[in-house]
Amino acid sequence: MSGATVPTPVAPSYVLTVNGTEHGVDASWLGESLLHVLRERLGLPGSKAGCEQGECGSCSVLVDGDLVCACLVLAAAAVGTEITTVEGLADERGTFTDVQQAFVDAGAVQCGFCTPGLVVAVHDLLDRVPEPTDLEVREALSGNLCRCTGYGRVVAAVEAAVAVRTSGGAP
Amino acid sequence: MDEVLLPTTVDELVEGRAAHPDALLLAGGTDLMVAVNAGTLPVPGVIALRAVDGLRGWRREGDEVVVGAATTYADLLAPDVADLLPGMAQASRTVGSPQIRSTGTLGGNLGTASPAGDALPVLVALGATVELRSPGGTRSLPVGELLTGPKRTALAPDEVITSARLPVARGPQQYRKVGVRNAMVISVASVALAVDVEARTVGVGLGSVGPVPLPAPDACAFAVDAVDWATGALHDPGAADRFGELAAAACSPIDDHRSTAAYRRHAVRVLAARALATACPPATGAAA
Repeated sequence: MSGATVPTPVAPSYVLTVNGTEHGVDASWLGESLLHVLRERLGLPGSKAGCEQGECGSCSVLVDGDLVCACLVLAAAAVGTEITTVEGLADERGTFTDVQQAFVDAGAVQCGFCTPGLVVAVHDLLDRVPEPTDLEVREALSGNLCRCTGYGRVVAAVEAAVAVRTSGGAP
Repeated sequence: MDEVLLPTTVDELVEGRAAHPDALLLAGGTDLMVAVNAGTLPVPGVIALRAVDGLRGWRREGDEVVVGAATTYADLLAPDVADLLPGMAQASRTVGSPQIRSTGTLGGNLGTASPAGDALPVLVALGATVELRSPGGTRSLPVGELLTGPKRTALAPDEVITSARLPVARGPQQYRKVGVRNAMVISVASVALAVDVEARTVGVGLGSVGPVPLPAPDACAFAVDAVDWATGALHDPGAADRFGELAAAACSPIDDHRSTAAYRRHAVRVLAARALATACPPATGAAA
């Protein structure tokens, strides 16, 4: 590469900022998705590998605050972004967020495969819309597929989390 | 090139593209990464648009809105731009899920050139132009000239799509589509309608019913006569159905794994009729 205006290439070694921590990624294949790098290289298996085509939402993460499917993000192109996974939502390891607790209390967790993606999507919704309508809840969950719960208990969990927050419970 | 370029300016992007015409151009990734994940697409190198701030967002220039190629569907359905481009906002809201809408871009839709691209019928209905950059300079193409076939464009190897230029709405607009369910759905057939009450014109774009998004000039000409321009209403409630028939006649759909051609044509007839009846509702008390 030559010429001052051509940008510096990234990969095969690069650094990603995940949950506030910088992680070096070495010797990766150029086409690796962020999902693959999170799970297989960085030891963050919370984001689930489902369809790997953006349909199921089980790998939902936040990139610079935007809810995205990690399977559709090229890891080496996410350099310089702030990535938040389900592991980064809790204050410390082992502590549930209010949304996670609401999922447990409402029976919104069955096989659990879709749950991390749903939890990230619900946090994203409630951060933007503290008191969503039923339609807003359903639209926000429309990108997350679940085979077990039928969604009724997921919606109930969101309503419970909203109720706790609006009654002055822990944010 | 076995690496990723992350240009931060349009100039850097253009230089990088010219230096690496074989590299994959990565916008939102909602199409491209599916193929990469499936292993069906070689990855000789990547030029990612994410960090090119100059390609994201929109600005008003007189009677037009210039939308940067890396502007996402989530950006395009925000209330401020939805007032100026209501048809585009409606189309954007039908795209995928929140996750897809916060990633997928207008320029990616154009570059991918899928017949099912949701933004594309809107651009056709509006008579939008697309702006291209290469080291040799810039040029503009009507969207119908950029899109030459399924997954094919008139883009030169050293060119990148930088923006689309759309007229500010001067009347009601509609975007309607049929898919197999109500969310996360690719279009089986779609209709974009743009009524310009100042110029007294009607624009139509049809999606997923031809190799490229199609115009429907006969339907548009009929609609111009069917609308009472003093009130914006249809003279005759039956005109919407006739409009739908003419729109359906402009289709050239195929049978594929998503639908039959016959259903697609039928869907366009119904969607177009509903779009016109909604945009230009017959005046109450009009002869039934």
